[in-house]
Amino acid sequence: MRREGGIFGNLDWITVLIYLVLIIWGWVNIYASVYDAESTVSIFNISLNSGKQLLWISVSMVLILAILVIDFRVYESFAPLLYILFILLLMAVLVLGTKINGARAWFEIGPFRFQPAEFAKFATALVLAKYVSGTNVKLSNFKSQVTSVFILLVPIGLIILQPDAGSAMVFLALLIPLYREGFPAIYFIIGFGLAALLILTYLVPMLTLTLSIVGLVVVVIVLLEKTTKKIISVVVIGAVCIGMVSVTDYVFTDVLKQYQRNRIDVILKPNTVNKRAEGWNLEQSKIAIGSGGFAGKGFLKGTQTKFGYVPEQSTDFIFSTLAEEQGWLGSLILIALFVVLLIRIVHLAERQKHKFARMYGYSVAAIIFFHFTVNIAMTVGLFPVVGIPLPFFSYGGSSFFSFTIMLFVLLKIDMHRSQVLMRS
Amino acid sequence: MESRRYVVQGIFVLIGLIFLIKLFALQVADKSYSFKAERNIIQPITEYPFRGLIYDRNGNTIVYNEPLYDLMVVPKDVYVADTTAFCDLLQITPEDFEEKLVTAREYSRGKPSPFLKKISHEEYARIQDQLYSYRGFFVNSRTIRRYSAPILANELGYIAEIDPEGLAQDSTDYYKSGDHIGKTGLEKYYENELRGQRGVSYKMVNVSGIEKGSFKDGALDTLSVPGNNLITTIDADLQAYAEKLLRGKRGSVVAIEPSTGEILVMASAPTYDPNLLTGRKFSSNYEEIASDTTNPLFNRAIMAKYPAGSIFKTVQALIALDEGVTDTQEKIYCDTFSIGDHAPPGYYDIKKGIAMSSNNYFFELMKRVVNQKPDPNKFIEGRYGLDRWEKSIRNFGFGDPIGVDIPGEQDGLVPGVDYYDQIYGKNTWKYSNIASLSIGQGELLVTPIQMANLAAILANRGHFFKPHLVRGFEKDGEEELLTFDKITPGKGVDYYPDVIDAMISALPQTAPRALVNDIEIAGKTGTAENGVKDETADHSVFIAFAPKDNPKIAIAVYVENAGWGGRAAAMTATLVIEKYLRGYIKKNWYNREEYVLKGDFIDDKQN
Repeated sequence: MRREGGIFGNLDWITVLIYLVLIIWGWVNIYASVYDAESTVSIFNISLNSGKQLLWISVSMVLILAILVIDFRVYESFAPLLYILFILLLMAVLVLGTKINGARAWFEIGPFRFQPAEFAKFATALVLAKYVSGTNVKLSNFKSQVTSVFILLVPIGLIILQPDAGSAMVFLALLIPLYREGFPAIYFIIGFGLAALLILTYLVPMLTLTLSIVGLVVVVIVLLEKTTKKIISVVVIGAVCIGMVSVTDYVFTDVLKQYQRNRIDVILKPNTVNKRAEGWNLEQSKIAIGSGGFAGKGFLKGTQTKFGYVPEQSTDFIFSTLAEEQGWLGSLILIALFVVLLIRIVHLAERQKHKFARMYGYSVAAIIFFHFTVNIAMTVGLFPVVGIPLPFFSYGGSSFFSFTIMLFVLLKIDMHRSQVLMRS
Repeated sequence: MESRRYVVQGIFVLIGLIFLIKLFALQVADKSYSFKAERNIIQPITEYPFRGLIYDRNGNTIVYNEPLYDLMVVPKDVYVADTTAFCDLLQITPEDFEEKLVTAREYSRGKPSPFLKKISHEEYARIQDQLYSYRGFFVNSRTIRRYSAPILANELGYIAEIDPEGLAQDSTDYYKSGDHIGKTGLEKYYENELRGQRGVSYKMVNVSGIEKGSFKDGALDTLSVPGNNLITTIDADLQAYAEKLLRGKRGSVVAIEPSTGEILVMASAPTYDPNLLTGRKFSSNYEEIASDTTNPLFNRAIMAKYPAGSIFKTVQALIALDEGVTDTQEKIYCDTFSIGDHAPPGYYDIKKGIAMSSNNYFFELMKRVVNQKPDPNKFIEGRYGLDRWEKSIRNFGFGDPIGVDIPGEQDGLVPGVDYYDQIYGKNTWKYSNIASLSIGQGELLVTPIQMANLAAILANRGHFFKPHLVRGFEKDGEEELLTFDKITPGKGVDYYPDVIDAMISALPQTAPRALVNDIEIAGKTGTAENGVKDETADHSVFIAFAPKDNPKIAIAVYVENAGWGGRAAAMTATLVIEKYLRGYIKKNWYNREEYVLKGDFIDDKQN
């Protein structure tokens, strides 16, 4: 089958449209977040973040064109190479990188900064997709499970060393495509169980929690059919839980730094937190969002964000600018756009004939989803503050390019979904 | 595994819904955040109104506001090209300059703090012209109270920062911590007129506290409204003269314009310079003045309670006539045995009784008033008459605050039936127990302003207007005058000429040195026993009015421990009268002014 309509033929215009709406809306909001009523500077002015973002947008247009021109097969073929390249870059940045905000995450080349972790997501997604689509890989198979998790753990480990917990966490999103491809659900259930236990450890005194677990074990044993095997398994699970609790308690009190504990306290124990100190960022962000009301204060009329009360307003906290000025209605539209985009991407993934493409599509959806969820959750106080941007919306070159590349590589592959059949 | 797509898509939708619900709770359901956002950015800036000025009766300004300027600095905006020139302009050294800048920077780089405080108006005029060439500096102005002359301290009162009790009592919720409020005197009594209406403008500030324009374009701002000016009844020159005469003594002078009740002079000594209780040194000066053992904050004119002394005989005569126990024709023989006396035995009528200040004559008159309803029981006989006497005396303005328009006025004491019942027991006292009232001694206590009012009643031949210090207000350039009712305290007015004639004829005998050529003064001297005999001299007391016909001034003078009324008090009073009526003191055979200023009233016994 021949392509129709040149390089844009078969391009999924719904996705492209949502993409364009998000980047333009984001750009306008970046302007709003740095706007100063007393010295109005044009949105195009390159000294403003909005001016720079426009530059990044222009560059990304070139990138998109390049992606559309380049053969769609290169990504699959070069995935391992790309992955190795970025692993090396992640190692190099630990040595050669510039330290910004306490993390050695950036290469500085002249006036430009480059964050390898942003692009490592893309490379990891590709290589994982390539691995999973391999002929003798079965995710129900333990060896395959170990290998795929290992592929994830290498970049995670390197990024934690920077240290940048937020960016490292993003790689966990790739568990979603693994789940879709057959990674056993039991792992996720255990995972969520452990996460719940983790939170409980933090909230409930250790002794109470230990006694509760013991109590629970006793109750379960009484209620169960009393076969020796079952009793032993329940006791073992209980013991493991208590062990977990002790370990996490140790981690919380002795390993985590005070500022990390503060960020967790802000979410889990909000009443113990000083709203003028460690609770400031979240409180101000919530005030910005909350004061937006139903329809918002109006474009460029936000006071919380204009007057510097909300930190990192054009990057990590861009959502608070939008929520303040456009209100609940604006938030509704933004969230709807993201949800529609994500469902659309899953739809695109599902229509792929090739497992690699499907797996990669899910990866793109999962990474965007993870960013979207954690970013908004942290601005409204549902998740600790970790510095990860809102896709397509936040100011910043590296992340913006990374999301654009990931999305358009998927669209490019999608354009050729029927060719795959012919090839295989 | 295909079905897992729905799990994944379901999670996407679920998270979206969770966010929308959470955001709905934050943005729509919870209104507190709008309030918090406004509280974050809005800084109300109070615009203090100009406090009203205070004028004297001739339109001279006695109290005004003096602007003071603070030069403020915002360290991060500072740009001074030529430090030497800047230091010359402000008359500081370059070291000062650095030090002040460091101090300001330590406070805040972005917020303004004072660089140079309390710059006077003249200095400000000089600095202002050149300030534009330096960045990061601006001037804040405020005002303090100033007094054009060191007079009237206790009458004007002072303003000071409102204290916590004051804030608690403020039912209108007008005042805020740090506000200034009138504490005493006219400043307190007319606080609501003087203070004006505070304005407020709402500015937006950013997170560093730097102004970012007005909130809602100033729609909520209110302008400050200046206070009303007070037009007082005081004659500032005469007041200054009276205070000068009282200097170094303890006592008071109260002068009233009889035809209006307007107080021309209200002087009390010792006093203080009102300029001490204003501005920067308020606290230390206040401490000093308040701890002064001579008590300069005590306004004797309205707070000191004295025995009335012989001047009280005038009102006693009026009441006896009102009660009909005698008439202007009746001559009564008086010996000198009922009560101690300087006047010789003989026949006395009203005129002679007052002129000679006969104690026994007034003993008899008062006896007739008190015992006017005969009763075989001597202990009951006086009850009816004393009750009538007490009511009459109170009608003449004694026993209660007269209602002058400054706070702190005392009531004095007019004893009645109940009072003596308490002291002696019911029905166990008779006239002889209370007879010293007849000559203004005994339990009776009066204040100088009450005596001055009596002088005004005599001057008006039977009526008065409530003595007051403020005639009206000036609002937006328009005068608004207060009105006062004419009060007639007694029953008859026909016998006033006799009393007045007696006062005029008495003066050459009782106060020869106080006489003023060509001004006919009606006066009555008094020497009030102060109860601590042999230790300190009696109080010198005098009431008078002048001229006899169509009187312009009625006056009461008390000089404590200065002996005979004919000396210290009478001479002070007549000097004030002459100064007011003539405008200057005409020299005569005796240098009265020098005598009073010197103040050795006691040692000079030969005359």
